[in-house]
Amino acid sequence: MSTRRTTDRTLRALQYVALALFVVFLGFPLLFLVTAAFKTQQELQSPDPQLLPSQWNLDNFVGAIERAGLGQAALNSLVVALATTVIVVAVALPAAYALARFQTRLRGLATGWILLSQVFPFILIIIPLFLMLRPIGLNDTLAGLVVVYVVWSLPFALWMLRGYVAAIPGELEEAGAVDGASRLRVLRSIIMPLLGPGLVATSLFAFIGSWNEFFFALVLIKDEALQTLPQRLALFVGSEGQVALGQLAAGSLLACIPSLVFFAIIQRRLTSGLLSGAVKG
Amino acid sequence: MTAVATRPEAPTPPAPSRRRRGRQEWSAYLLFVPAMIPILAFSVYPLAQGIALGFTDAQSGLNAVTTFTGIDNYVRLADYSLFWQSFGIGLVWAFSVTLIQFVASLCLAMLLNANLWGQGIARTIALIPWAMPPVIIAIMWRFMLHPTYGAINGGLGALGLPDDTNWLGTAQWALPAVILVGVWAGMPQTTITLLAGLQGIDDQLHEAAQLDGAGRWQRFWNITIPGLRPVIVAITTLDFINNFNSFALVYVLTAGAYGTMLPMLFAYNEAFRYGNFGLASAMGNVIVVVIAVFLFVYLRAQAKARTA
Repeated sequence: MSTRRTTDRTLRALQYVALALFVVFLGFPLLFLVTAAFKTQQELQSPDPQLLPSQWNLDNFVGAIERAGLGQAALNSLVVALATTVIVVAVALPAAYALARFQTRLRGLATGWILLSQVFPFILIIIPLFLMLRPIGLNDTLAGLVVVYVVWSLPFALWMLRGYVAAIPGELEEAGAVDGASRLRVLRSIIMPLLGPGLVATSLFAFIGSWNEFFFALVLIKDEALQTLPQRLALFVGSEGQVALGQLAAGSLLACIPSLVFFAIIQRRLTSGLLSGAVKG
Repeated sequence: MTAVATRPEAPTPPAPSRRRRGRQEWSAYLLFVPAMIPILAFSVYPLAQGIALGFTDAQSGLNAVTTFTGIDNYVRLADYSLFWQSFGIGLVWAFSVTLIQFVASLCLAMLLNANLWGQGIARTIALIPWAMPPVIIAIMWRFMLHPTYGAINGGLGALGLPDDTNWLGTAQWALPAVILVGVWAGMPQTTITLLAGLQGIDDQLHEAAQLDGAGRWQRFWNITIPGLRPVIVAITTLDFINNFNSFALVYVLTAGAYGTMLPMLFAYNEAFRYGNFGLASAMGNVIVVVIAVFLFVYLRAQAKARTA
């Protein structure tokens, strides 16, 4: 059986080579961006590029925040993402509870809408929204952007939260009711604590989604003082970013920090049973 | 997703009385009100209006008067060759990205499922693209693909290959280059979904097949693929739709130049650069219908294959 063993060895070796290639393909671009963020202009444009910068200085980060107006843009993004998250969770929680606990016609309707809203081209939604927001003075305002983001994040948040509620056994509520606690009290003292992790995960998804979104912002926000971070960076690419490469890389890196941190925290849960509550039918 | 069908009544407890059921409905609707308002006002209504606008001559001007024009827009679209060109580009892009992404993600998912050393790190790195905003992914790949200081040409030069290709700036290479970026951006979600599917396949099936003398290939084709089938259908469908509707990535990479004008970019320009809201909505309607037809054919073929 020695031939068998050698093929097994060869196969193992091949698997390692393939895995290494995937890791390089998926990981290297970010590494390249990180090193670019610390390089000087001369280093970036030298005909003989080195992978690592000669020294790790923060000039590009300072320059990016001052020159590209990223500070203001980051603040706008933060305000919009926070407002969106709070509203989405407040609105989705009771609805998700209703979907998980009651057998009604709403279920079919809500599921249909959740699926549908995932597949419709944005252009069909954004033109009517643009026409609706204009007369009520919400065009070109952060409030208008929040309205759009709430609607856009709601389906996924609803679906996630429904899964988390469904994962909590209904018997717990019945037991509380038998002990004479009011329904509200049962919800507050039994259900809410158990829902904690699910609420956090849903909030983070809503936050990251709004923080990263570009298309709606591009259409709705024209005022430079109100632009979001992705919008500002996309503009910077076409203008000063053509020359201020280091600053472009540094600004891009800053924009990734919230979601990279979030994914680093939840990556273990993501890969082991994909947020198990959310995928229970 | 078993949400659509109502659960069959369990035999032991008596079915809830009609009055109790009515009360249940009531509370459910009441709890739904806060969500219902934004959904109806800013999602269902605009969607219906978006479809309707496709049959009008709506313009972006503040004082523009909108009139119903029936199928005029579609007659115009029929010989709007640029639109169909962009439509074709969209199909090529969506098919290529979805297919390459699926094959690569399946390989990666199987590697991550094979008990190799250093898997934890590999899994974390494989999630990186998921954690990055599309705009930033595009900026990052502009760095990678830049003709003079990009890492791609740097690597090619180090290997002694031609290293002066302008990847995003030539008609020959721009579409393949954005397809590569599309694959990179979407791989984590597809990989994680397939990995979850792989972990759901019973190991005993593989062990039994091995005892019966089935080789690796046979087990792959007769156990792994059938076991993954529902997951494969779901994820490729979703990927295809998402890719066809994608915008930010290519907007930042090429802005649609050099043969990369995806349908969403085209419709965006039609609406917000030239102000033709009606025509752009009509494009949206055409896109929806075509995607629906594709899905219908694909899902039916899959359903047939499952029963065959």
